[in-house]
Order: sequence, then C-alpha cells, then structure tokens
Amino acid sequence: MQIMIKVVLFLILAPVLGGLLSGFDRKIGARFQGRQGPPLLQPFYDLHKLFSKQSVVVNGVQDFLVGGFFVFVIFTGCIFFAGGDLLLVFFALTLAEVFLIMSASSANSPYSAMGAQRELVQMMAYEPMMLLAAIGFYIATGSFNVSEIVHTATPVIAVLPGMFFGFLYILTIKLRKSPFDISTSHHAHQEMVKGLTTELSGNVLALVELAGWYEDVLLLGFVGLFIINLEWWSILAAVAVCILCYFLEIFVDNLFPRVKWDKMLGSTWLVTLVAGGINLLVLTLVY
Amino acid sequence: MMKISKSPWLLHYDGSSCNGCDIEVLACLTPVYDVERFGVVNTGNPKHADILLITGGINRQNEAVVKQIYSQMPENKVVVAVGICACDGGIFKECYNILGGVDKVIPVDIYVPGCAARPEAIIDGVVKAIALLDRKRELKKRNAAALHKEA
Repeated sequence: MQIMIKVVLFLILAPVLGGLLSGFDRKIGARFQGRQGPPLLQPFYDLHKLFSKQSVVVNGVQDFLVGGFFVFVIFTGCIFFAGGDLLLVFFALTLAEVFLIMSASSANSPYSAMGAQRELVQMMAYEPMMLLAAIGFYIATGSFNVSEIVHTATPVIAVLPGMFFGFLYILTIKLRKSPFDISTSHHAHQEMVKGLTTELSGNVLALVELAGWYEDVLLLGFVGLFIINLEWWSILAAVAVCILCYFLEIFVDNLFPRVKWDKMLGSTWLVTLVAGGINLLVLTLVY
Repeated sequence: MMKISKSPWLLHYDGSSCNGCDIEVLACLTPVYDVERFGVVNTGNPKHADILLITGGINRQNEAVVKQIYSQMPENKVVVAVGICACDGGIFKECYNILGGVDKVIPVDIYVPGCAARPEAIIDGVVKAIALLDRKRELKKRNAAALHKEA
C-alpha cells in the first residue's frame, strides 16, 4: 500500500517539479546573459502547445519507440522512488535510452541518425560511472535496495565523496547541459538542427519533453540518495544539495561551450577512473 | 485556458536577403529586446516551429527550399515576411533571378515592411502572428465542432 502511494505521488509530482526546474533553468540562464527571460511556467505552456499541435508522423515505429522510452523512464522512476533495486533502476534507465536511440535511428534523416550515434557515445561515457556508483552504494551500505540505503546511520557521501564527484560530472551529460550536450540540446541553436528529436513533432515531441522532466527528477533523486540517512533533517539537507547541484549544472551550462565527443568521452572516463576508482579502492581496503 | 500563443517557436529562413534584416531579427533575441520574454524560441527546425519568418526575396534556387520548409511545418502555422524584399522583392525586384516576394511561392500572413526592418517592427509583426495563431486554432476548433454536429 505504501509503495502504491509513493508511486502515485511520483507520477503526479515529478512532472510538476521537473517542469518548474526547467522553467527555473531557462530563467536563470537568461539572467546569466543579462536578459529578462521567459516566465517560470514557460515549459508548461510549451508542453501544452506541443500536445495541441499537429503531429507529423515520419513512421509508425518511431512513435512506438518514443512511447517505449516514455514508459520505461517512468517505470525506472517508480522503482527508484518506491525503494527498489538500484541495479534494476540503472538497467531500466539504460533500456529507456536504447528506445530513444532506436527511435532516432528509425527515421530516415541524417541529423536524427547523427544524434542517435552521439547519444550512444554519451551512454558509453556515463554508464561506467553509474554502475560504479551502484557498486559503491552496495559496499558502503550492504544493499542495492534504495529503501535500505536510506536507512544508514551516516550519509553515504561521507564514504563515497569520489563517487559523488564522478556522478556530478556525468550528471552534466544526463541533464543535457552544455559542455556535453552533443546529441541534442535545450538551447535553440546547435549544429545538428536538434539531433535526436529532429524528426519528432507535436504530441510525440511533447512525450520526449515530459519524459525528460521525469528523468531530471529521478537523477536529482540519485543525488539525494548520497545524503539521506536515518535522521529526519537529512531529507532537508538532500533537497538543499539537489538544488545546489542543479544550480551548479545551470552555471556550467552557461559557462562552457560544447566539446567534441572524444574530449567528452576521455574526460568522463578519466574522472570515473580517478575519482570513482580511487574511492572504490579505498572502500574495498577499509570495509 | 492556456493559449498556443504563449509558446510561439520561430524558424528564421534567409531567402536572398542582404543580411540587413537577418541581423535585425537576431537583434530581437539580444538583452535589449529579448523576445524570449514572450516564450519565443529560435528553433532552426521546421518540425518544431509555429512561425516561419522569412527575410529577403525568393529566387529560382530557394523557391523549392521555401516550399519544402513550409510543407514540413505542422499545423497551425503562420508565415511572416520581414523586410521589403520579403514583402514584394524590394530593390532586387527587377533582377532576372528574383521571382518577387515570399507570397509568390507560399501564403504569407503578416507583412513587416522596412529596409532593414527595425527590431520594434519585427516584434510587432511576431506579436500579430501570435494573435493569428490563436485565431487559426479557434477557427479549426469551431470547424471541427460544426462537422461533428452535422455528423
């Protein structure tokens, strides 16, 4: 029963929170550039418009695959917030990504196909760190279950600082923020039209947007998992850290120009190896 | 009821413009004018766009391109011709390669004159286009309702 309530709460609250985060992002981004920026609720206006527009269907398979991406992102979030297995969460999220990549490569468009290839490179870059973080959680707490990880006496970040840094680094890729937004971007102008979502329009594009909001909340949930423990105030601390991390990502987004794929892959793997690897090594020696 | 006009995404196409109007269009996005206040996003993808904003006249080479872009945009859509060249060919009207204004190849809804069109005029045109987007949507809804009644 409690699990059902958690799932329903996630289904309802996550898009609201995700949309607000996105509006906050655009507003802060505009302020960085000395502009007034759109209203905070702008992402909701955009979503409403996309749902009410005509959808030009390139092929039926693409729409089906986008639907798969949407369902699996939500499924992943439900497992995570209901306190499920962390490994299952990571694998389900990967499956969702695979759906998105397949949908992009199913369209007969060079921009869409290039976006799909770059998304694959992005996955190659961030997957090792994600798995390493899951292993770190297991060694630190003795469990892969989210519900048991949050019941530790001390915050996990105390023993996993390197993992936390590594996770923040790949968060830039996952949130599609600027130095690493090579497959598709929130920003209007980029070299591949719109990469992954070039051939999507109307309500299908709206689904991708909505899934992105669910995903953002899920990713900030991971960040919070490093902080939350038995103490009640740790939840407040986790929320504060999540907001701080998101602000940091916006800052990085506005500060750095996009890098080439090899630089992204190299630097991400280096951070994973050094920060994550050393952390894991110390952890295995101590525990 | 949320209106479609709260989120107009814009596609800017440069016909055979001298770049004067293009620079003024981009000036609308800068901190001084900041059209993103109204939710305007400069998309660069016809499939995501609501407003097609064209500068410069139409020549024999880009005739097919303009038609293609227009046909790729999903309904409801509005076309804005910015600058006198886009309105009717302007100073290049008599050239052997120029067909004339944008309305020679696709239906134009809003004309923004000027050489180059000032950012204030362009914003005015875009705001008019936004109002038209809402009207088109209303009309479509009413037509659909009427059809439903008949059936």
